[in-house]
Amino acid sequence: MVSRKLNELHPGEEGTILSFSNQGDVGLKRHLLGMGFVKGSKIKVEKVAPLGDPIKLQLKGYSICLRKDEAKNIEVES
Amino acid sequence: MDNIIVGLAGNPNVGKTTLFNQLTGLHQHVGNWPGKTVEKAEGHLNYNDARIDVIDLPGNYALSAHTMEEIVSRDFIVDENSDVIVNIIDATNLERNLYLTVQMMELGANMVIALNMNKLARKKDIYVDVEKMSDLLGVPVVEIEAIDDTGSEKLLKTVEEASKHPIKSNKKLVYGNELKEHLAELQELIKQDKNLLDVPAIWTAIKLLENDKIVTEKVQNSNNSNKILNETERLKKHLQDVFGESSEEVIANGRYSFIDGLLAESVKKPEVEKTSFSEKVDRIVTNRILGLPIFLVVMYLIFEITFTVGAPFQDLLDEGFGLLGEAVASFFGEGWFTSLIVDGIIGGVGGVLVFLPIIILMFLMISILEDTGYLARAAFVMDKVMHKLVGLHGKAFIPMILGFGCGVPGIMATRTMEHERDRLLTMMILPFMSCSARAPVYALFVAAFFTAYEGPIVFSLYILGIVVAILVAAVLKKTMFKGLSTPFVMELPSYKLPSLKGVILHTWEKVRHFIRKAGTIILLTSIIIWILSSVPMGVEYGSQESVTGQIGTAIAPIFEPIGFGEWQPAVALIFGVVAKEVVVSTFGSLFGLDEDNEDGIAGAVSKLFTPLTAYSFMVFVLLYVPCFAAIGTVKQETNSWKWPAVMFAVTTITAYIVSFIVYQGGMLLGFA
Ligand SMILES: Nc1nc2c(ncn2[C@@H]2O[C@H](COP(=O)(O)OP(=O)(O)O)[C@@H](O)[C@H]2O)c(=O)[nH]1
Repeated sequence: MVSRKLNELHPGEEGTILSFSNQGDVGLKRHLLGMGFVKGSKIKVEKVAPLGDPIKLQLKGYSICLRKDEAKNIEVES
Repeated sequence: MDNIIVGLAGNPNVGKTTLFNQLTGLHQHVGNWPGKTVEKAEGHLNYNDARIDVIDLPGNYALSAHTMEEIVSRDFIVDENSDVIVNIIDATNLERNLYLTVQMMELGANMVIALNMNKLARKKDIYVDVEKMSDLLGVPVVEIEAIDDTGSEKLLKTVEEASKHPIKSNKKLVYGNELKEHLAELQELIKQDKNLLDVPAIWTAIKLLENDKIVTEKVQNSNNSNKILNETERLKKHLQDVFGESSEEVIANGRYSFIDGLLAESVKKPEVEKTSFSEKVDRIVTNRILGLPIFLVVMYLIFEITFTVGAPFQDLLDEGFGLLGEAVASFFGEGWFTSLIVDGIIGGVGGVLVFLPIIILMFLMISILEDTGYLARAAFVMDKVMHKLVGLHGKAFIPMILGFGCGVPGIMATRTMEHERDRLLTMMILPFMSCSARAPVYALFVAAFFTAYEGPIVFSLYILGIVVAILVAAVLKKTMFKGLSTPFVMELPSYKLPSLKGVILHTWEKVRHFIRKAGTIILLTSIIIWILSSVPMGVEYGSQESVTGQIGTAIAPIFEPIGFGEWQPAVALIFGVVAKEVVVSTFGSLFGLDEDNEDGIAGAVSKLFTPLTAYSFMVFVLLYVPCFAAIGTVKQETNSWKWPAVMFAVTTITAYIVSFIVYQGGMLLGFA
């Protein structure tokens, strides 16, 4: 079990959300909390876009994409 | 007859629009929420003895004050005298869908849940025990299938029932003990102020802990505000200490825990989900190597189908109106009356209708892309480019591409973007994409001045437009759109077959809206221009003696520093606002030449310009005010005169500055 930032996960890797830092856009954080980015949620990096950013994630049974810059505020355990 | 007002609420992509169409059919119309850019669709149907008015609320993930759309939905539930809220949820995506449901329960909404996509869910081995779920939520749950009318009868019956016997949806909502106790304390304080009791106190308490701006402001005006806000602060600290998380996180967690508990008891689903069809498609469509080529092919197809298929129809309409004009002219003979009918009214109506083929095709294409789910993938693939270049969301790409054909469908296509401010910024820079109506102007000038370099000169203008768009976007983001952050959080919905009915209904609605709103503006301005060009009585239409000609002559000196201070170019530019290609025919008529006599016009123009001033003029035509149709469309889409005015100012100023640099720079470099 190691803790990493979400943007550091490779496609296919899975983890559990540990914490969500307050750095970055708070409005965005609020929005993401609603989208299921809460502590304990399982999350999987499914794909990286052809140009290297954004990334496609799977959580709570659906797919969502996020830029790496936004994903780096999320700490996951994998 | 009873009148029941029903609001449809739910996450995006759950089938809300499909259900709306299913329920209301052709009895619907699309407008805007008062004072907002957010679209509002309303419709009605008759059920038993009641007339049911259905309002399609914006698709939301939450009811915070995060976006205009969320505020609209929330206000509707809180303020308006809605009778019943129908919350549509997607059975294949329950966990996240229920998050919104829980928030509506906090508001105590009189709510009925419509559980959609049940067939898809069963394919994925997801089984929902509807009775159990309904029991645990304390809210009726009805299984429906929005694409056919499975369950719609039962849904309507339940709605009617709920309108007579309202459901208190917040009765069974529970959070963990710790949170519950603290919320109760805060609630007591809130209850002491009657003015705050238009909404459930628990909701206000939760919103305070979520740092909701609107609710906090409301509480600040309460006579109990000190106590309440102090207690809120104290609670926030306390929760931070206990949970090691901010109060917002604690609440989001609390909601998700409630949902987890609910699902554990009412839903059976496989431990490990099967690789879905969507995932398989995405492996190809967003593939590292294939992703971009597929995207480019799709874009090419949209562009080609919209404009190439649309063109013959446009020509046909054009010709039809031309013939009609001739017929009228030969019937009434020459004179101002004929001119009013032909140049003013027929020209104006024609000017509206020629847009229809491309708007219809564009909406068909975009609706198909949106409904199948590819649009989100396109944005996913292009986001990096758009973000780096203009600081916009990947979804801004499609409107921009359409802008090269015509700004009107481009502006309308921005409606696929969720956030108002992204959308507005995209609209503001869209006119810099060189639309096809500018091409005849370029053709005229390169034929007159740049025969050896026609291709590169025209190409340079297209590139210049893109570069200017990037620069203007950067400037706007530092000024008018200061603080605009465009995070890229977008759901990638699973792929689905679009419903033909939905696509057609939607297109029809938008086209009607365009004719009514933008059409009126286009027609009115055409008539105004006609009047100005025909008075004083007896002058030749659009000549220097006419008011338009006089205005042109008066403002001509303004264009001196950018290379063309004569009155003719100024008049041509005024007419160019009607539609850019009119610049060419205006030159024709100003020189007394037939508009088809292109060589003649080119010859006449070459006496008025030098290569340098010609280039500067083309740059100005590229960048200045888009046509009235574009302005009218912006008015229609944003529902205010502010944005068309901003667009007018931004484009004109930009055009002047860039042309100035081109002309003065060219002179310094020794061009003439
Ligand atoms: N299979 C299936 N597809 C549906 C159903 N309801 C809607 N859809 C499809 O889901 C997609 C999104 O639906 P739409 O009504 O636009 O969703 P909205 O974003 O909630 O308004 C469309 O392609 C619909 O055809 C349903 O009951 N079953």
